[in-house]
Amino acid sequence: MDSPLLDIVEPGATPTKEKCPVSPAVGIDLGTTNSLMAWVQGGKPRCLADVDEGSAMLPSVVSYAEGEVLVGQAARRRALEFPHQTISSVKRFMGRAPNEVPPEIRKLYRLAEGDSGVARFYLKDRDTSPVEVSAEILRALKSRAESTLGPITQAVITVPAYFDDAQRQATKDAGRLAGLEVLRLLNEPTAAALAYGLDKGSQGTFAVYDLGGGTFDISILKLIEGVFEVKAVGGDTQLGGDDFDLALAGPQMDAAQKSGPHAVQQLLQEARAVKEVLSDLPEARLQGRLVTRDELEAAITPLVEKTLGSVRRALKDAALKPQDVDGVILVGGSTRVPLVRRKVADLFGKEPLADIDPDQVVALGAAVQADLLTAENAREDVLLLDVLPLSLGLETYGGIVEKIIHRNTTVPNSAAQTFTTYADGQTALDVHVVQGERELVADCRSLARFVLRGIPPLPAGFARIDITFAVDQNALLSVTAREQLTGISQTVEIKPSHGLTDEEVERVLLSSFEHAESDLEARTLLSERVEAGRILQAAQKQLVANGDLLEPSERQAIESNIAALTLATKSDDAGTIHLAIEALDHSSSDFARRVMERGLQRAMGGHRASEFA
Amino acid sequence: MAITVTVQAAEQIKKKLAARAQTTAQSGLRIGVKGGGCSGLSYVIEFADAPRAHDRVIEVDGVKVYVDPKSAIYLDGTVFDFETKLLQSGFVFKNPKVKSACGCGESFTPAV
Ligand SMILES: Nc1ncnc2c1ncn2[C@@H]1O[C@H](COP(=O)(O)OP(=O)(O)O)[C@@H](O)[C@H]1O
Ligand SMILES: [Mg+2]
Repeated sequence: MDSPLLDIVEPGATPTKEKCPVSPAVGIDLGTTNSLMAWVQGGKPRCLADVDEGSAMLPSVVSYAEGEVLVGQAARRRALEFPHQTISSVKRFMGRAPNEVPPEIRKLYRLAEGDSGVARFYLKDRDTSPVEVSAEILRALKSRAESTLGPITQAVITVPAYFDDAQRQATKDAGRLAGLEVLRLLNEPTAAALAYGLDKGSQGTFAVYDLGGGTFDISILKLIEGVFEVKAVGGDTQLGGDDFDLALAGPQMDAAQKSGPHAVQQLLQEARAVKEVLSDLPEARLQGRLVTRDELEAAITPLVEKTLGSVRRALKDAALKPQDVDGVILVGGSTRVPLVRRKVADLFGKEPLADIDPDQVVALGAAVQADLLTAENAREDVLLLDVLPLSLGLETYGGIVEKIIHRNTTVPNSAAQTFTTYADGQTALDVHVVQGERELVADCRSLARFVLRGIPPLPAGFARIDITFAVDQNALLSVTAREQLTGISQTVEIKPSHGLTDEEVERVLLSSFEHAESDLEARTLLSERVEAGRILQAAQKQLVANGDLLEPSERQAIESNIAALTLATKSDDAGTIHLAIEALDHSSSDFARRVMERGLQRAMGGHRASEFA
Repeated sequence: MAITVTVQAAEQIKKKLAARAQTTAQSGLRIGVKGGGCSGLSYVIEFADAPRAHDRVIEVDGVKVYVDPKSAIYLDGTVFDFETKLLQSGFVFKNPKVKSACGCGESFTPAV
């Protein structure tokens, strides 16, 4: 392989190349409905414009066509025709078993339980997992951004604050599968606050109300002199604009279901459009039925009320009253619904803030965080404290949960508690780690189970076993049990029971090599095109400026190679373009030398360059 | 195999040497590789006013090119050339041992 063209330097002056020029770490809002990517440029976060058909938003829809994978609007358009090869709202399935997904969504797909209980989609010619589908979305964002930003390797990805361990792990796996180093998972409302906080230098207590397509999050944040503290989080992983669509379509749903999944998807897509129109207009038609804004409002009032219930709970967790909140930040497309704005304003007794585009604010905040994590002179004054969304605990005798780390505790964090044996001579302790707010193990989510063996046989209640829970900044958990006398210990990194196992991740990584190749091809093609553009421009410029140095036959050769290269750039084959570039380079190399000599002559006041040799 | 310095490269080296005040009869060019760069190694092209012990010396058209023995292993088979293109001109290592290079092309991983 050829090196780039180099120049001679003085002895010892060869620059040390520590790193290649790096492209920025990006922030990604991996939404249920739409995904966006942003990065910080010149100290300001901005969204990557024109990601998908002119919009900064990439619909989080993936469609598997013959031999290709479509993402975004193109995939959404295929959803109606090929419902069984198209996946929307994949975020609903992340780290979830099929029976944990709402039935209305679940029945749109043919599902199977995967190796570890996680849902898998059966498609026409393959089956795939939520992690792999999400990776397609990330990969699409990544490759579309790479044409502007160069290779992207690091990202901060946002997740709903309510995401549990399994869902967070699944999101991280998707990032890894897409070839991204996930610097951090950031709670979406926290990201929004970061975007606002840094832009405005605000102080005080803020509520972030995020109502997207599939999820609702409420966070209570305190901003003091550039330090953010999340005081409380709450929400609902199964409530969003999709549910508004379902509510609006309700009266027509039975009929659609009788006609099959195609009709259901069609009805839901039209319901969404009508709902969005009703944010601006008093009435519209849904498949011929006239619906009014009043009717929509009546249908979604219980859902909006449900979000307000979560808001009140979060305020209570933070020991605040609605009037203690200095500002309310609106995030997510569904906060454009007038009823939502009204209800939120009523509850807090003030108009909410929406000066940053509610669609972009999360991605912008994630970009700010990515920049903070990678900037050489990382700003120490912006410290971000996140909180744990759900309590983490252990099963104790009788199926009761003992909480070790309570929800809304700031992370990273660790906490330990000492346990003992309940039977004489007991030499093993069953450690069952659970997550949730309920008192009974049966009502919480089981995260992991392991057995600590080798406890010295002692009378009941004499052994001392310290159990430590440590939560890292991504809210991922490791649990260590240590017997005090012998020091024997055992640690588990929580392998969420609904995430992919390492082997599964490896397997999909391997199967994605096929992709890696086409990704590389796409990138090579792109860079050949850029190079071709540059050289064509240079050639044309020199023909005009120094064309007199050429014999007619030489000029003809160069011009025909220019024409050939122009044609080649329209081809999708990097090799063809490369050959045409080389041909033009070759035919113009004598010309280039003469142009250079003429330049030198002019610089030296008319002497021939060879006089100085 | 060996390292080849083309006549075009020699001609340019000669010009560049002539333009330097420090240049003496011993002066030449040092080419080689050194550690660093994201892909492991990167190229060196420096003026050299005297050879070092164990250097290999390549003479083309009266121009001396020095290569240290370790670099010579990595550069075996390489053609060291000078290219003038419409966009840019400069020296180039055409190294058959390089199988991959980083994004900026300046550092590389040799195939062993
Ligand atoms: N003008 C509007 N009026 C009502 N709902 C809207 C409007 N614009 C977008 N939405 C809804 O916002 C939701 C998508 O919000 P978004 O924040 O992108 O979702 P997510 O965070 O789940 O990806 C969809 O349900 C969409 O219908
Ligand atoms: Mg969102």
